[in-house]
Amino acid sequence: MSVIYLDNNATTRVADEVLEAMLPYFCQYYGNPASMHTFGGQVEKEIVRAKERIVSLLGISDITEIVIMSCGTESDNAAIHGTLESYPHRRHIVTTKVEHPAVLNLCRHLSRSGYQVTELPVDSEGMLSLDELRAAITENTAIVSVMYANNETGVIFPIEEIGQVVKEKGSMFHVDAVQAVGKIPLNLATSSIDLLSLSGHKLHGPKGVGALYVRKGTRFKPFMIGGHQERGRRGGTENSGGIIGLGKACELAEAHINDENTRVKALRDRLEKALLTSVPNVRLNGHKAHRLPNTTNVSFEYVEGEAILLLLDSHEIAAASGSACTSGSLEPSHVLRAMGIPFTFAHGSIRFSLSVYNTEKEIDTVIRVVPEIIAKLRAISPYWKEATAKTKARGAGQPTRKAAS
Amino acid sequence: MWNYSDKVIDHFMHPRNVGVIENPNAEAEVGSIACGDMLKIQLKVDDEGIIRDAKFKTFGCGSAIASASILTEMIIGKHVDEVAKITNKDIAEALGGLPEEKIHCSVMGRDALEAALANYRGHTRKTPEEEDHSKLICRCFGVTENKIRRVVQENNLKTVEQVTHYCKAGGGCGACHSEIEDIIDDVWKVKAAERCERPEKPKQLTNIQKIALIQDTVEREIRPALRADGGDIELIDVEGDKVLVALRGACAECPASPVTLKGYVEQKLREFVSDGLHVEVVSQ
Repeated sequence: MSVIYLDNNATTRVADEVLEAMLPYFCQYYGNPASMHTFGGQVEKEIVRAKERIVSLLGISDITEIVIMSCGTESDNAAIHGTLESYPHRRHIVTTKVEHPAVLNLCRHLSRSGYQVTELPVDSEGMLSLDELRAAITENTAIVSVMYANNETGVIFPIEEIGQVVKEKGSMFHVDAVQAVGKIPLNLATSSIDLLSLSGHKLHGPKGVGALYVRKGTRFKPFMIGGHQERGRRGGTENSGGIIGLGKACELAEAHINDENTRVKALRDRLEKALLTSVPNVRLNGHKAHRLPNTTNVSFEYVEGEAILLLLDSHEIAAASGSACTSGSLEPSHVLRAMGIPFTFAHGSIRFSLSVYNTEKEIDTVIRVVPEIIAKLRAISPYWKEATAKTKARGAGQPTRKAAS
Repeated sequence: MWNYSDKVIDHFMHPRNVGVIENPNAEAEVGSIACGDMLKIQLKVDDEGIIRDAKFKTFGCGSAIASASILTEMIIGKHVDEVAKITNKDIAEALGGLPEEKIHCSVMGRDALEAALANYRGHTRKTPEEEDHSKLICRCFGVTENKIRRVVQENNLKTVEQVTHYCKAGGGCGACHSEIEDIIDDVWKVKAAERCERPEKPKQLTNIQKIALIQDTVEREIRPALRADGGDIELIDVEGDKVLVALRGACAECPASPVTLKGYVEQKLREFVSDGLHVEVVSQ
């Protein structure tokens, strides 16, 4: 099937090289890396190589700073629980309103068991205020958990400036970098980040493997209690194939990061510009400059996101939406709501997230198809007629684009 | 991804009767853009009360558009009295079923139809509160107590989550969840009380039917109550109107067991099966 896959913030295709690197570790080299025999020991060596590739992508060199996890969510949970347990007298957590549910729902859960949680707001472009952050952190704050880049809008937070404030105030700093790793260059060697979460399947690695960076000297208690694996920081027999796949994916991401920030970014920009100019009553969600190179989130006024996705699907285009209906919940995306996006736009948001595998031809198809889809749905929408009238009255922009009725 | 039926996809991709009617003699709008879906429906009804034309416009997801589309097909050519009986279940069934999370789309169709019919008869609908004179429970989606009661009863709902899927109530901030729970409890308490008052007792039973009914009554009505007190009962035999049982567990030694037997077991059997029954204990 020739699907045009523009949902890479949800998950990515496993790179051929990654799959190839993983396969021998299922039927051929299946030994337990902790075993005393050579058969298991040879797997351990490959795991070390995989970790070297992970730390290299993060701009560091010490593999003992990496703890392998089963996914991004576990990595976030381990970071926050592991810190809270290390600082039992501090009962306050600072995070933001736009975090991934792996962090946000965990913090809300903790708030019901005696922790105080501050969720920092964002502005209409999805950005944080450093002053509000500074004011929120107290001596009682155990951890500040802030995402590197937002999964829905791609907005990148000023992580180093945030880190400086956190360190001034003497808290631990966790960064959910699941969307950032592999898409933008990171340099943890000179960073104030204490803990950083990443996930394999967001960067063309396999599902079911992630990692937590724990800066050397950081207090940490294991979340998954069990054997001595990962230097006693995460019990459970190593997912050898997955770890080796993640290592290979990191190596590829390091090689492709320039392409991601030039060619992929150009494709994204072309798509975004075309949508913003060819469709009336449309807006971009999120800060235009501080953004991942692969993500664009646009809202089409007076139409509903799920309906757009279904019509895109009929053209074999895969994207995502922050509309209420796509999640099974009844409220539109918490990220868009935190940004104060008006309801007329919030339900009609579509996220396109690209990868190095996307081509110019694919983007051309999307640019051609989307305006037709929006026009079709607006012809059914009871709000659309008023909207065109309003645009006309204001004399804004394009001459009245008739809603194909 | 939603598991939509082919019919839903067909009506979404090719919606029927989209548009507006010039000079309609009934129309209604339900939902709002804040809620994420809105349906506007217009009817042309002739002098005999037959719906000659129906048109709609919808802001909403795939199943909202499909529900509105199929609704227009279901009502065109029918008498207003006949279409007044259409329920949200009928709409969902006509679409070959909807995912539970999407049932509220069929409820929106039913609400729009109901409002349009009220409009045809000369009534105007106001805010949800004014309209049905009951308390507003869900402030996020403007859902009243009466509306919640109605979906609970009509669709046999038992949880808050289901209520949210069917009419959106409780799907926003969640502050009304306990009130919704109270309404659900209340609806089913009333139902249970109605059942107890008027047990439906068959008039004529064959022997086999009688034994089956006795067995069923013991299992459903009697054993759970005895088990709750640590006891149990076993049906041994039925001879004519004589029901032979053995008491087990705590009941076997309980000095009050004759009372239980006559006052509870026998009474339940008479209530549900036949007035002539009497119960005897056999030691087995």
